Amino acid sequence: MLSQLFKFHGGVKPASHKDLSNQAPIVTAPLPSRLIVPLHQSIGGTPRPVVAVGDRVLKGQLIGEADGWLSAAIHAPTSGTVVEIAMHTRPHPSGLSSQCVVIEPDGRDEWIAHGPADYAAMTPADICSYLQRYGIVGLGGAGFPTHGKLTANPKVAMAELIINAAECEPYITCDDRLMRERAEEIVRGTAIFRDMLKPQKVIIGVEDNKPEAIAALCAAVTALAEPFTVVPVPALYPAGGAKQLIRVLTGKEVPGAMRSTADMGVQVFNVGTAYAAWRAIGHGEPLISRVVTLTGNVRQAHNVEALIGTPMDELLRLASPNPDTDGIIMGGPMMGFLVPDETAPIVKTSNCLIAHSARLFPPKAPEMPCIRCGACARACPHELQPFELYWHSRAKDFGKTQQYHIFDCIECGCCSFVCPSRIPLVQYFRFAKSEIWAREREKKASEEAKQRFEFKQFREEREKADKAEKLAKAAAAQAAKKAAEAAAAAGGTVAAEAPAAAGDDPAAAAKKAAIAAAMARAKAQREAVQAKNTDELTPQQAHEMAAIEARRAAAGVSEAPAASTDSRTE
Amino acid sequence: MFAPAPFLLKDASVSQVMTQVCLALIPGIAVYAWLVGPAILVQLAIASFTALLAEAAILRLRDKPLALFLSDGSAVVTAWLIALTFPPLAPWWLVATGTLFAIVVAKHLYGGLGQNPFNPAMVAFAVCIVAFPALMSQWPSIGLKLPLLDQLNIIFGLAPRVDALSGATPLDAMKTALKLGEGQVNVAHLLENQDIYGNFAGRGWEWVTGAYLLGGLWLWQRKLITWHAPLAFLAAMVLISGGLWLYRPESFASPLFHLLSGGAMLGAFFIITDPVSGCTTPRGKLIFGFGAGLLAYIVRVFGGYPDGVAFAVLLMNLSAPLIDRLTQPRIFGMKEGRP
Repeated sequence: MLSQLFKFHGGVKPASHKDLSNQAPIVTAPLPSRLIVPLHQSIGGTPRPVVAVGDRVLKGQLIGEADGWLSAAIHAPTSGTVVEIAMHTRPHPSGLSSQCVVIEPDGRDEWIAHGPADYAAMTPADICSYLQRYGIVGLGGAGFPTHGKLTANPKVAMAELIINAAECEPYITCDDRLMRERAEEIVRGTAIFRDMLKPQKVIIGVEDNKPEAIAALCAAVTALAEPFTVVPVPALYPAGGAKQLIRVLTGKEVPGAMRSTADMGVQVFNVGTAYAAWRAIGHGEPLISRVVTLTGNVRQAHNVEALIGTPMDELLRLASPNPDTDGIIMGGPMMGFLVPDETAPIVKTSNCLIAHSARLFPPKAPEMPCIRCGACARACPHELQPFELYWHSRAKDFGKTQQYHIFDCIECGCCSFVCPSRIPLVQYFRFAKSEIWAREREKKASEEAKQRFEFKQFREEREKADKAEKLAKAAAAQAAKKAAEAAAAAGGTVAAEAPAAAGDDPAAAAKKAAIAAAMARAKAQREAVQAKNTDELTPQQAHEMAAIEARRAAAGVSEAPAASTDSRTE
Repeated sequence: MFAPAPFLLKDASVSQVMTQVCLALIPGIAVYAWLVGPAILVQLAIASFTALLAEAAILRLRDKPLALFLSDGSAVVTAWLIALTFPPLAPWWLVATGTLFAIVVAKHLYGGLGQNPFNPAMVAFAVCIVAFPALMSQWPSIGLKLPLLDQLNIIFGLAPRVDALSGATPLDAMKTALKLGEGQVNVAHLLENQDIYGNFAGRGWEWVTGAYLLGGLWLWQRKLITWHAPLAFLAAMVLISGGLWLYRPESFASPLFHLLSGGAMLGAFFIITDPVSGCTTPRGKLIFGFGAGLLAYIVRVFGGYPDGVAFAVLLMNLSAPLIDRLTQPRIFGMKEGRP
C-alpha cells in the first residue's frame, strides 16, 4: 500500500459526529405505508411511466423506462398496487414537484423473476444497456447514470479507476457501514467497472477515520485476489469531492469547469454505486433500495437499508427523533439542505437524513461585513478567492464573478464554515450562478426569437414577391388575352377584372412599408435594451460558458443544483 | 424555516479575531509600561474611550446596530495602535483627536468596518504628525520615569510641558546627530557614547519592539496572519539597511538597529497585516510588505519625519487593490496555464 499521496489546498476539519451512527449494523427498514417513487431521480431525461393506476406490480418490476441515452430506468421497490401517478414534492431545496408513481405495498414483498446476468457472455455495450435498464446511477450525490461513465474516451488512455469511499461529510456513515458489512460485493462491482474501462490502476480511496472499513476492503481484495489498492487518505473535508480525491490519489488536477474526468484518464465512482452495479449483474436486482444514515437529533442513530420512495418523515421515525426536532436535512451538514416537505420520498441519491434542531445547529450569528481576512481563500479547495466573488456577487457584477472563476466553485461550504463574519458565502455564489444562467437563457431565447422573426419577415417578403410576380404574369396573360380578344373584338368582363387587381397593389405596398418600418423600430429598440453583462467576454470565458450551457442542456435545466453538486460526490 | 448549508460552522467571529490581536499586543504594552511608566496605560484608556464613543455616535448616525458593531472590537484595535504609536506623554487631546479622525473619517466615512482603504491608525498618525509636528516628536527621556501623578498632570495639561522631559526618539536622535555632525560623527561612536542607546538600538525601546515581535509570532502561530507580509517587510528593511551599512558603516546604522527601532516590529506584525487595507493574495502580501519595508526605511533615514512606517503603509494601501488584481493566484486545475 505504498503509494504517494498528494495534497489539495485548503479544506476544513469539522467535527465528524460519525460515531453517532457507525456502531450499529445496517438494518432493513420495515415496509412503509406507501411508496412515492419519483420518475426523475438522476441527471438526464425523465423516464416514461410504463404502468397505469390500478396495476399490480412486483418488486423489481420496471415502472419507468429510460428516456434517451442519459437516463436510467425506475423500478417498483416492493410488490403492491399503483394507486396514483401524479405530481409530488421532490426532495429538492426548491420544493418543486415532479411526476411520481405511488405504490401501496401489499406486504408480501414479492419479487419479479430475477437472477444473475450471464456476465461472461456480455459485450461492453450489453453491460451499459443492462445497467441502464437496471436503474444504476451514481449514489454519491448527483445521480449521474453509471453507464454514461463506463465508455472510455478512445483518445485518452484510462490510467486510474478510483472508487470514492472517502465519505468526508460529517454525520454520514452509510458508505462506512456498507464497506464494513458488504466489502466483497463492493470489490466485485469494482471489478465490473475495471473490466469496462481497462484502467492501468484501480484505487479505492477511504478517509483514514474508517479503519474498520479499510480493513474489510483489504480483506475482500485479498480474498478475491484482485489487484486493487485500498488507500487511506487523510480525513480533511472535502477529500471526497471527486476532483479533490483525484488530486490526493494521483496528483492530477482536473479543472473545475471540466466536466468529464475521463478526459484526463481518470474515472471516479462512488463505493455504493459499485455495490449497486454488482447487485444488478450478480443477482439481477435493480436499484430499488439503498443504505441511508439516520442521525442528528435522534435517540437511536443508525443506518437502514431503505426502499426508494419511502417518505422521509416515516423513515426518520425509525431512529426515534427527539421531540425538539424541527426539520430534516437531506445529505450532510456541509452540503445538504433542509427538505421543504418532510413527506417527500428518499431517492437513489439520498444518503443521509439528519434530524435538525436548534440545539444541534444553533441559529447563525448575524452577518457582519467582510474584513477581507482571507480565511475563506485559505480554506477553498479550488483555490478561489471567495471574498472577491462575494464582493462582486453582492454588487451583481456578474462579469467580474466569472473573471474570478465562479463556475469553478463546487459549493462545498468550506468558506462559509470558516468565515468570522458569518457571511453565507455559498448562498451568494449560488445566487450569482443562477443569475448568470438566467441571463444567458434570456439572451439565447431573445436571439432565437429574433431569428424566428427575421425568418418570418423574409418569408412574408418572399410570398409577397411571389404573389406580385404571379399577378404580373396573370396581368400580362390577361393583357395578351385581352389584346387577342380585342383583336377578335370580344366582351369587357375580363377588362373590368384587371384594373381591380392592379388597384389592390398600391394599398398593399403602403401597408407593407408601414409594417416593415414598425419592425425596424422594434428591432432597434430590442437591440438597445439587450443585456450587456456578457458582452465583453474573453474567448476563454465564452468557451467556458458555452460548455456550461451545453452541460446544462444535456442535464436538463431544472437539474441545475444537482448538476453543480455532482462534481463533488459522484 | 430557511437556513442554507453549511449547517456546521467553525467557532469564529470578528470579535474573536480582534480580541486576539489585542492579546498579542499585551507583551509589548507590558514592556512599554515598565519602560516609561503608567502613562501609556492612560493613553490606551483615552484612545479606547474616544474610539468607542466615536464609533457609537457614528453608528447611531448611520443607523447601524450599536451592540453588534461596538462589540466587534475593531475600534479598540485601532485605538490601541494609535496610543502605541503616539508619544506616551502627548497631551490627551492629541490622542483623542487622532482617534476621532481615525474612526470618523478614515473608517466610517469610507463605509465602516471592512471598507476603509487606509489603515485608520496610520491615518491618525500621519494627520497628527503633519498638524502637530512638535508635540508628535516629544518623547520622554529614558531614565526619567515620572510617578503616575506627574505623568497625568502632563497628559492633561495641568503641569507645564518641560522641554527637558522630552527628548527625541533614538531613530530621530541618530538622524539629527548624523546630519549636524556633517561627516564628523560616526554611528558606532554615537551608539557607544550616547545614553539613549542600549545593546542594539534605543535603550529600553529595543525590548518593546522585541515584545511586539513575540506577539506577532503568536498571531502567526494562531494563523490570524500569514508570514508573507511581515517577512517581506523585515527582509526589505534588512536588505536596504544592510546594503548601506556595509557600504558605509560610519554613516548608516546596522539592520539590527533598524529592526529594533521605531515602529518596525509593530508595523511588520500589526499594521501591514491589517487585512482590510492590505493585500490579500500571497504574492500581493509579499509585494505589499516589501514595498512598505523599503519605503519605511527611506522615509526614516532620508526623510524629514522621525519614522517612516505610517507613510510607507499609507502609500502601499493606495496600491493594494492594483497589486491584488495583478497577483491573483492560479486556481485549482489551471496551474499549467491551461485555459
